[in-house]
Amino acid sequence: MNAGERAVPTGMLAAGAATFRRDVVLAFRRPGQMLQPVVFFLIVTTLFPLSLSPQLSQLRDISPGILWVGALLSSLLALESLFRADLEDGTLEQWVISGQPLAVQVLARILAHWTVSGLPLVAAAPLVGASLAVPASAFGTTMLVLGLGTLCLSGLGAAGAALTLGSRRASVLLSLLVLPLAMPILIFGARGVDLAILGEPTRGPVLLLSALTILTLSLTPWAAASAVRISLE
Amino acid sequence: MQGDVQFAGWWAAALRRSRAGFRGARDVSSKAVSATFRPPVTAPTQTGLQVQGVHLWRGERHVLRGVHLDAPLGTFWHVRGPNGAGKTSLLRVVAGFLWPEDGQVLWNGQETRGLGDEFGAQMACLGHEPALKADLTARENIRYLVGLRRSVADAELDAAFARLGIADHADRPTRMLSAGQKRRAAMVRVLLSGAPLWLLDEPFTNLDVAGVELFAGLLAEHAAGGGVVLATTHQPIPAPGVRTLELA
Repeated sequence: MNAGERAVPTGMLAAGAATFRRDVVLAFRRPGQMLQPVVFFLIVTTLFPLSLSPQLSQLRDISPGILWVGALLSSLLALESLFRADLEDGTLEQWVISGQPLAVQVLARILAHWTVSGLPLVAAAPLVGASLAVPASAFGTTMLVLGLGTLCLSGLGAAGAALTLGSRRASVLLSLLVLPLAMPILIFGARGVDLAILGEPTRGPVLLLSALTILTLSLTPWAAASAVRISLE
Repeated sequence: MQGDVQFAGWWAAALRRSRAGFRGARDVSSKAVSATFRPPVTAPTQTGLQVQGVHLWRGERHVLRGVHLDAPLGTFWHVRGPNGAGKTSLLRVVAGFLWPEDGQVLWNGQETRGLGDEFGAQMACLGHEPALKADLTARENIRYLVGLRRSVADAELDAAFARLGIADHADRPTRMLSAGQKRRAAMVRVLLSGAPLWLLDEPFTNLDVAGVELFAGLLAEHAAGGGVVLATTHQPIPAPGVRTLELA
């Protein structure tokens, strides 16, 4: 059975793409689990307008904060499962010995995770924004900064989730690890929404968030890959 | 600049010292082991797998006490020993998941640690967990896992599933399969991996009698074809030419 001799070895990017595809397919087989973060996001953010005074101006002032805290918390909710199942069923071991760079697999996992948990938040943002009296003119920027911010969070979360793979109840530890690093995202993200609501230029926060996202996605896959290797010991 | 270089050098020296101290402390705790014995480094022309003087501690337990194994290409090894003798640990050291405190693992004469991802591609592992996702069909699972290594055609998948006797179950979600069928599906992955080195931890678990014979035949065939097979199991392996490595 030397079929392997004729076959073409898989390239690094093709392997990453295969992991991305499989992760997305898997998520769609469990839609309930996939929609958990976005449902949580909707619940948290719509409770605020109901519980606060119905003055639109006041609601508008605090809406960036509510949007971002909701997004941050619902992203955290989804982080713990990033590598856990793969550790338990042996998939991580197969990644390590697949002959592919582990960091590329991790990056594919981060992007897939964002696609199924971050993108729904972005899609729900206009709905939440409308309930918080955010003007329609600010929807575009809100979605852009939420998209960048959640992508960055997925990257940070991958490193945190990989580091906490060894501990049983990791969710609190994971939050403690990730939250301090996520503060710049929260600050610039909320500032971006704030400026968009006021109708001022939002270039600054958007560029800063983009830079943070690029930095995170180029560093955390390596960190997470090392942590995954350690967790297999 | 000069300062930076000095600083880096100081760190490297400190790291070496701390590692040496760590090893020294280990050796005191187990005087029975002659840690000074080191076999000569193998010439790089040698093929197959060599395990040389591997010592491994798990916590306070000295699990592997100087294990040697010389497995040239074309050999089939049965790793035996009572529970807790370190059979799984040995396979995990060879696979590179565990780092031994002393000793080395060579593949075709090169230390596997230095080979990195290259060595991973030379190896197929069948562990306790089959690495199958319950929500995907067996075919989707195997196509993905083999696809990480190489391109795989449908006909090839069909043939391999038929060979393992689960052709009728290839398109069912893995969660519907029995434990033995999952084992067979995981074996399809090993079979198609195209890797010369097979590491199998308790491959016969959950298999029926016919399954054990089928697996043993596949392993022997792989070894005869120039591969290396390392399998741990408590039962005898019904195949010719099996060598035994006994762990105490």
